[in-house]
Amino acid sequence: MAEAQNIPVGSTTAGSIAVAAESTVATRMSAPPSFDVADFPVPHGREEEWRFTPLERLRGLHDGTAVATGDGVKVDVQAPEGVTVEAVGRDDARLGKAGTPVDRIAAQAYSAFEKAGVITVPKETVLTEPIRIAVHGEGGTAFAHQVIELGAFAEAVVVIDHTGDAVLAVNVDYVLGDGAKLTVVSVQDWDDKAVHVAQHNALVGRDASFKSVVVTFGGDLVRLHPRVTYAGTGGEAELFGLYFTDAGQHQEHRLLVDHNTPHCKSNVVYKGALQGDDAHAVWIGDVLIEAKAEGTDTYEMNRNLVLTDGARVDSVPNLEIETGEIVGAGHASATGRFDDEQLFYLMARGIPADEARRLVVRGFFAELVQQIGVEDIEARLLEKIEAELEATV
Amino acid sequence: MATLEIRDLHVTVEADNATKEILKGVDLTVKQGETHAIMGPNGSGKSTLAYSLAGHPKYTITGGTVTLDGEDVLEMSVDERARAGLFLAMQYPVEVPGVSVSNFLRTSATAIRGEAPKLRTWVKEVKGAMERLNMDPSFAERNVNEGFSGGEKKRHEILQLELLKPKVAILDETDSGLDVDALRIVSEGVNRVRETGEVGTLLITHYTRILRYIKPDHVHVFAAGKIVESGGPELADKLEAEGYEAYTKGGASA
Repeated sequence: MAEAQNIPVGSTTAGSIAVAAESTVATRMSAPPSFDVADFPVPHGREEEWRFTPLERLRGLHDGTAVATGDGVKVDVQAPEGVTVEAVGRDDARLGKAGTPVDRIAAQAYSAFEKAGVITVPKETVLTEPIRIAVHGEGGTAFAHQVIELGAFAEAVVVIDHTGDAVLAVNVDYVLGDGAKLTVVSVQDWDDKAVHVAQHNALVGRDASFKSVVVTFGGDLVRLHPRVTYAGTGGEAELFGLYFTDAGQHQEHRLLVDHNTPHCKSNVVYKGALQGDDAHAVWIGDVLIEAKAEGTDTYEMNRNLVLTDGARVDSVPNLEIETGEIVGAGHASATGRFDDEQLFYLMARGIPADEARRLVVRGFFAELVQQIGVEDIEARLLEKIEAELEATV
Repeated sequence: MATLEIRDLHVTVEADNATKEILKGVDLTVKQGETHAIMGPNGSGKSTLAYSLAGHPKYTITGGTVTLDGEDVLEMSVDERARAGLFLAMQYPVEVPGVSVSNFLRTSATAIRGEAPKLRTWVKEVKGAMERLNMDPSFAERNVNEGFSGGEKKRHEILQLELLKPKVAILDETDSGLDVDALRIVSEGVNRVRETGEVGTLLITHYTRILRYIKPDHVHVFAAGKIVESGGPELADKLEAEGYEAYTKGGASA
């Protein structure tokens, strides 16, 4: 098993490749997955899944003291014609199909929400316009559940925008029917005080394609847990992430791709830039290739760019293989820093210091942004990166 | 006519918790159109001179003056020096991941020239300069110095020299690590820039080999932190024959 490590700047780690009879990805969690918060002990901070997270900044989401307030978040959904948007009760059969909460906060969110949002794209419906979900924090605390379900051969792009200030714990289910194509862009553009903890569960149907783009800029503490499993062969998942962690921010992305089905693909690329004192980014990339998942093709990568002293990155790729009958499996993690020598080189060519830093950060993210494949979102992200650089460099 | 004047330059560096004086009173004047070769043994302070002139933060100026056309260079930041017309071709240029050569060159040219070059003429300009340096067009899409061979790094430095057209170019051991073919190509690039008559060149080298391709007007021997002997091209022949031994045995004198 991989020991998580704080990777010194400038070093590279290949992470671990474990061959195990029993999944350590599952067994190292403090409790098995459950929808009931009572099944999870209150974390004390030394558990594998909590040891990077500053519990004292979770505003009570982890220990049951956080209580929903009326002014948590305002959710506004804009959906093109043909899409069904509903608010449903806790007993709706469509909830929780894509995955089960794996930690106490996810279970807390599931145990505490009152109404869930369900967005359905009927089978064979191909949307030409994105579904837009605006989640605006109103300063309070909220527990939520959102389902986005695509019927067979449906195609959709969903953009989820998080702004404002809130303490939010949420589970989001993406259910892709056979041959469906879903791109989800989740932008965490919170105000400085927001706390956002979420589990994203994608269940990828036979020959379906799921693309997740996670963009985290804001918040005091953001902890996201995107997870993928497959419901049939031929499924593909691309998980892209981009974060820009500033002074004092904790941004944690914990991914799991569970290759539980033969002949599926996954590709994970997360890139982060950090600047300022106590900027802390955590990236956990778990890929599990189960014994039955022959023909799996998977790659995961995390790159970090540290722009100033005082920032910290913990990056832990973990690839666990239970069968050798696969097409490919690889992973990489590297943390580099924008150092004085690079700055000197660019400045010696007449480029002012702030512009030099911008040039490097833009270049670092550009390749990833280009992979998103949704033009107006690419343009918007580049704008956001620019704005972040303007504001903080 | 652009003139770089170095007067009694003293430079220290912090190493192992101690301050060490590397340059001990350097005097040198480089005028536009002239080529000066600075030759000396390892550790004599040649590269320190180059990096101090460019403004590397590692070095502390403790005395003396450097002016370019009367302007105080030592007061300028690194980028200001470059925009004022100083260029340093580095011995070990660093990798800048994520920044393509073409983006870098254009950003740099925009900064140096004070306005973005017109795209059409710029593309031609870069293409032409790259062809002359035997660089494949795909080079422009690679990240700055990332995975470059030694020869590619040096060609990339000289490409910048050609495009940025400085008043004074300092070439820090541009010849080191090059085979004869690469040395010829790089030297031809330097000579094209020299032939414009608009650049003063300070050629820092350990070996006389490059002087067969780039003919200096003046040769200076650098030892123990200063220039200990100056002369014409014939001084290089003497060094070729006799080496630096005469200058490295304590108390070198001219």
